Amino acid sequence: MTDYRVVPGPEAYFTPSAARMGVVLPEPGEAHIEGVIVPEEKAMEYAARKLLDAKNPTLHPGPLVLWNWNEKAAKKAKAIKVLAECIPARIIPMPDYRPKYPKINPDVEINPNHPNLTIWHNKEDVCLFVGVHCHQANLSLKIIRGGTDCFTIAMCAQAGHEDAMLSFRDATAEKILRLAEWVSKLKGVPFVRPVDEKARGDGGDRYSDNVFVKLADGG
Amino acid sequence: MSKEKIQICPEFYDIMPPEYRDLVEQATYGKEGRGWKDIGQSKELIEDHSLCAGCPESMAFRYILASLPNPEDTVMVGSTGCTSLVFPHVAVHNIHSLFGNQNAVASGLKRALSVRFPGRIKDVVVLAGDGATVDIGLDMTLQAWFRQEKFTTICFDNELYANTGGQESGLMRKGFVAKMAPVGKKFEKVRLPEIARESGCAYVVNCTVSKPNLVEKVIRNAVLIAREIGPTYLQLYTPCILEIGKNSMEGLQEMRDSEKPGERFRYYEYVTDSAKQFLAELEAKEKQTAAAAIEG
Ligand SMILES: Cc1ncc(C[n+]2csc(CCOP(=O)(O)OP(=O)(O)O)c2C)c(N)n1
Ligand code: SF4
Repeated sequence: MTDYRVVPGPEAYFTPSAARMGVVLPEPGEAHIEGVIVPEEKAMEYAARKLLDAKNPTLHPGPLVLWNWNEKAAKKAKAIKVLAECIPARIIPMPDYRPKYPKINPDVEINPNHPNLTIWHNKEDVCLFVGVHCHQANLSLKIIRGGTDCFTIAMCAQAGHEDAMLSFRDATAEKILRLAEWVSKLKGVPFVRPVDEKARGDGGDRYSDNVFVKLADGG
Repeated sequence: MSKEKIQICPEFYDIMPPEYRDLVEQATYGKEGRGWKDIGQSKELIEDHSLCAGCPESMAFRYILASLPNPEDTVMVGSTGCTSLVFPHVAVHNIHSLFGNQNAVASGLKRALSVRFPGRIKDVVVLAGDGATVDIGLDMTLQAWFRQEKFTTICFDNELYANTGGQESGLMRKGFVAKMAPVGKKFEKVRLPEIARESGCAYVVNCTVSKPNLVEKVIRNAVLIAREIGPTYLQLYTPCILEIGKNSMEGLQEMRDSEKPGERFRYYEYVTDSAKQFLAELEAKEKQTAAAAIEG
């Protein structure tokens, strides 16, 4: 195991990739904090605490959840909104990966080619990426680690990110809601599960992953 | 991409930058009879361009994007050069290929799309500079035509390698002196439209982009003929105002001057008999539809 720790930067101009420094990805059911593999639940608590302690916690949803292209994306979008309201955190989207030189507006968007601009501009001290394609997330996370002192969290739907300071894997709407539940727990307030608009009053079945609870069920 | 999928999750609608909301609300995806007249009224499929101010390539890009018959199901293939600076701002699927490889990439893409989406129309349109099309990529350009690959090749002919500072290209006219070609071109401009005709293109047009309605017509014809019959080729004069020493406002006049009778960019076309028949049938159908609309 490596001694290298993926901690907030600014690390250096040519930040090494964490993978090159020996950091490995978590197995299913696990996550990593600063490069150390931990059970997912521990990372949930840690991430919730980080987001709550932050001065300017910010969520950065990417195209995979910004666009309503399938049911999973729609559910994740709802869950992200719940998380943002629980913390509360600002949401700044990453709608595009294209290098939009020279007119990125750091007030309204973040872009993987110069994520540091948005982070500096908004004085973000903790941020969470979700719904960003992995190769673009890697690029972004490394630039952020290289040039800012922001703590990065990746809510990754695939195998996780070594270059984030904390990374979940296999993200689903349920997992995002669990993080929101942790936030509420640490705040000492009850967590109210969102209602699925589609299921409301239509007598339809619950979604199989039981993320959104119908009104009829008292959820 | 299908236009039904171009929807923002309602939770994020208010925080999306305005240009994306505009695109969803006002882009011309799926609109019947879309064309250059939508420019300025509907959301164009190009946001900003990063070309030199006044570069005619920017006009050409706008007219082409406004005229694609099926933008939501079109993939454009570009190559290195000034055009590749614009593709990152274009809201149509696009692939950047290694300089010169564009027609090879488009061949594979078109075939893969027809296997992956049988029965669904998927257009492929190549757009590259003259260096990419006629010099470094000539092999790929010609081989795609020989193989009768069903896609459109558009060459933005600015008669030199603009993006690298003005080297000599095969489409440069004889005698021209460029910043990085100080001796002057010793050979004639390559007659690519004629080569395209002989290589099996069903529809070939040589013109400038000074008239948007003309550009709209030839783009539409080229894409529709490529879908049904075979390869099509458009050579559009988009002068590099920087290299020929013109000001931002002078690109249009330069094109007008170069399209006069006898000039190198006078309008001419080569259309095969089957493509002519296809266009005649298309026109008849459109007249019928228009008449029915008036009656109805
Ligand atoms: C394989 C390869 N060879 C050379 C280059 C260098 N290169 C970049 S742009 C360019 C010229 C492009 O000229 P053209 O296709 O005429 O397009 P324009 O810039 O004039 O629009 C060249 C040679 C490259 N990027 N890749
Ligand atoms: S260098 Fe020439 S072709 Fe390229 S953007 Fe500028 S004016 Fe246009």
